[in-house]
Amino acid sequence: MNIRINGENVVLSQGTINLQELVTGKGLVPERVVMEVNLEIIPREKWATVYVREHDQIEIISFVGGG
Amino acid sequence: MIFRDALISKIGSDHLRKVQGIKIGLAGAGGLGSNCAANLIRSGFQKLKIVDFDRIEPGNLDRQFYFADQVGMVKVEALKLNLLRINPLIDLEIAAIRLDENNFASLFIDCDVVAECLDRPEIKSSLVAALLPLNKLIVSVSGLGGYGQSDDIRIHRIKENLIIIGDLQSDITTKPALSPRVNIAAAKQADVILEYACSRITSL
Repeated sequence: MNIRINGENVVLSQGTINLQELVTGKGLVPERVVMEVNLEIIPREKWATVYVREHDQIEIISFVGGG
Repeated sequence: MIFRDALISKIGSDHLRKVQGIKIGLAGAGGLGSNCAANLIRSGFQKLKIVDFDRIEPGNLDRQFYFADQVGMVKVEALKLNLLRINPLIDLEIAAIRLDENNFASLFIDCDVVAECLDRPEIKSSLVAALLPLNKLIVSVSGLGGYGQSDDIRIHRIKENLIIIGDLQSDITTKPALSPRVNIAAAKQADVILEYACSRITSL
């Protein structure tokens, strides 16, 4: 499956993967992440039920602490 | 305003009018928020809304725009006094409220730009998720801890209405928040907001 993550082409070998698995697979802490699929913010509670589709454009924004 | 003529000679009266007309929200009045606010006021901004529930502690004085005789004060009240000393003619709105995912949108609904100046990564991400759909410019920060390599504190233009400033890595739980890098990030927030305000097409 060919998708774009943060502007870069990515080929996913998994058949199906949801947003929750995508984030945790990258070693990120879900509570610190904002995720947008095809320009739409996806609330965290929906990540487990939203599956990545061919040609999705995904932005994964992960924050670290400090203010 | 008292340094109006100086600013007009630097950025021009059209740009200054835009800067004065735009409303900036600051979510947090700690290291980022207090220093960003001071930079904005010195650059001619007049409409700020600053939200933070916290009080000043002695440990804040190593990087935040407060003074020793203000320890114990509510941050937004002390910040208002300090900013009015720079320019007495500004229109400041302050709110000593704890920000959370349920009040971001209502608190900043009337702001054109929101500077995310919060501490914890969980609340940073909540604010960005809540405000992004409102199509305001959000200027957030991620990665300012430690010292050295300050050129790594870069401006990341993630989307048309989202800019993230920082090295994206230096969490303050592993690298402490120190004045120079905190100030660099806060000043960069103010600079991208100034750039945005000056380039905005308005009917003014």
